[in-house]
Amino acid sequence: MAKILMKGNEAVAEAAIRSGCRLYFAYPITPQSELIEYMARMMPKVDGTFIQAESEIAAINMVYGAAGCGKRVMTSSSSPGISLKMEGISYIAGAELPCVIINVQRGGPGLGDIQPAQGDYFQATKGGGHGDYRLIVLAPSSVQEFADMAADAFDLADKYRNPVMILADGMLGQMMEPVEFRPAKSDEEVAEMWKQHKSWCINPNEDGDKKHHHEINSLEIDPLVLEKHVNNLSKKYAEIKKNEIRYEKYELSDDNEILCVAWGTASRVVKSAINELKKEGKSIGLVRPINVWPFPYDEIAKAIGPKVKKIYVFELNTGQMVDDVKIAAAGKVPVEFWGKVGGVVFTPAEIKEKLEAALKE
Amino acid sequence: MEIIATRPESLTQTPFTYCPGCLHGVAHRLIAEAIDEHGLINKMAGVAPVGCSVFAYKFFNMDMAEAAHGRAPAVATGIKRARPDMHVFTYQGDGDLAAIGTAEIVHAANRGEHISVFFVNNAIYGMTGGQMAPTTLPDMKTTTSPYGRNTDDIGFPIRVCELLATLIAPYYIERVSLLSPADILKAKKAVNKAIQYNKEGRGFTFVEFISTCPTNWGMDPIKSRDWAKENMLPFFKTGCYRDKGKGVE
Repeated sequence: MAKILMKGNEAVAEAAIRSGCRLYFAYPITPQSELIEYMARMMPKVDGTFIQAESEIAAINMVYGAAGCGKRVMTSSSSPGISLKMEGISYIAGAELPCVIINVQRGGPGLGDIQPAQGDYFQATKGGGHGDYRLIVLAPSSVQEFADMAADAFDLADKYRNPVMILADGMLGQMMEPVEFRPAKSDEEVAEMWKQHKSWCINPNEDGDKKHHHEINSLEIDPLVLEKHVNNLSKKYAEIKKNEIRYEKYELSDDNEILCVAWGTASRVVKSAINELKKEGKSIGLVRPINVWPFPYDEIAKAIGPKVKKIYVFELNTGQMVDDVKIAAAGKVPVEFWGKVGGVVFTPAEIKEKLEAALKE
Repeated sequence: MEIIATRPESLTQTPFTYCPGCLHGVAHRLIAEAIDEHGLINKMAGVAPVGCSVFAYKFFNMDMAEAAHGRAPAVATGIKRARPDMHVFTYQGDGDLAAIGTAEIVHAANRGEHISVFFVNNAIYGMTGGQMAPTTLPDMKTTTSPYGRNTDDIGFPIRVCELLATLIAPYYIERVSLLSPADILKAKKAVNKAIQYNKEGRGFTFVEFISTCPTNWGMDPIKSRDWAKENMLPFFKTGCYRDKGKGVE
């Protein structure tokens, strides 16, 4: 299939539909509005459901209901709206329902601004909602990857019965890049998916089974029962940690003097700086976590080459993933951080300058 | 031996967790009987609220979802849109529906969402121990209005049927009471109508039950019913506020 030039917001929406998503509930917010608008245009054409909800809270609770029926369902928003969804996300995680949530991050805190930022890393990977749960969090760095992740996210959500977040940003949402879509599920495949009655979900009692009673629920009033439930969730998260580490190695070698760690949009800028320095004979490597939860702790530790004197973390925030990188480095080498905030994106020249200074230390 | 009364099939065998004299059990039974009578037990899904009836998902004998506080109409929307072949109801109290979930109920009604909403109004938060509800009457004492509801400070009780009846989409809206056997028979008719319209795919249906809370009102069940008749019914007038099937607009 030929490549198409598309905005990230539209590409991920198209990819979601191709993955069999036929239910989408959301509320408008910049910089993800093209996503909701694309869904408004396209869902009726595939006999899907599009509802512009009265709030982010209503949208995520519609997702809860539809996910409780075992159907592929998605919502999307940007940072302030994602905060509103956090109640529902906690319930969805607690009730172990599969769904996909897209966060096209913007500057914060509060209303912040509408430019790209990475300030929601903690919220996405460490909780955000109440209680002891985890999201699987995928962090794209290109429009192509953003689109590919829609399909991956639905597969992961179904595999683990867990909410999956795609943690993009305003840059990836707004930017146009060529995209090659994976083959779309055929109408027959989607119809087949739609017909599947999962044993745990809300569905009609077609054979009149007297004991047919499925509960979509996160309430366990007996502490010993809740304890068991949370421990079971924890076992599932351990399984996810074992299976779903994804990261990119870029220019890693035994000659690396500095190891960079960056994710999403920030990693693209860091790559440009690394390329420039390579021309000058400097060897700098990069690990880019593709899934930011589960986080590639061991893989970062292994990437610390014999000559690496420092790990440099660059983010579009005041330092969030850097905490995980410090855990990964476990004191073996110093970990330094530099970032830009407020929706201001650093340039390759700025990163190059920081790396040059570090090389001279 | 002829069986003349039995537990509705649409209720599970799980014992109710309600206080003595509470009317939730009556409301549950009316809904379960209507589901039985319309033969919908195998095609119905329910959404339980947060509040005294939080365990309703254990009591109704069908697939049930437990919603976050106030969000039942949004959850029901998601279920109905994902399973248009099924019928969906929510069961909500006054704090759940008329305070924290005001946006969800108004917009589900405004979309004409094809669900039935059963709303139990006893003018108080029961589960959390008797705090002021959006439907608490003027001057009524609760643990968070210990000097009586001061309408200058916190406003007046919300009349939900009247509020929803300003919207164009809802198909059926009725307020009934559970305060006497005669009222319960009238309530049964309203519940049956809501379930019937739901079965026929007519649109959004809403039944409000005027109820009591003997425990948190500090009255015995009989006295609490008399108090509700004297104080709640004049403010929350029973009757049909919308019935498009009967031309009541």
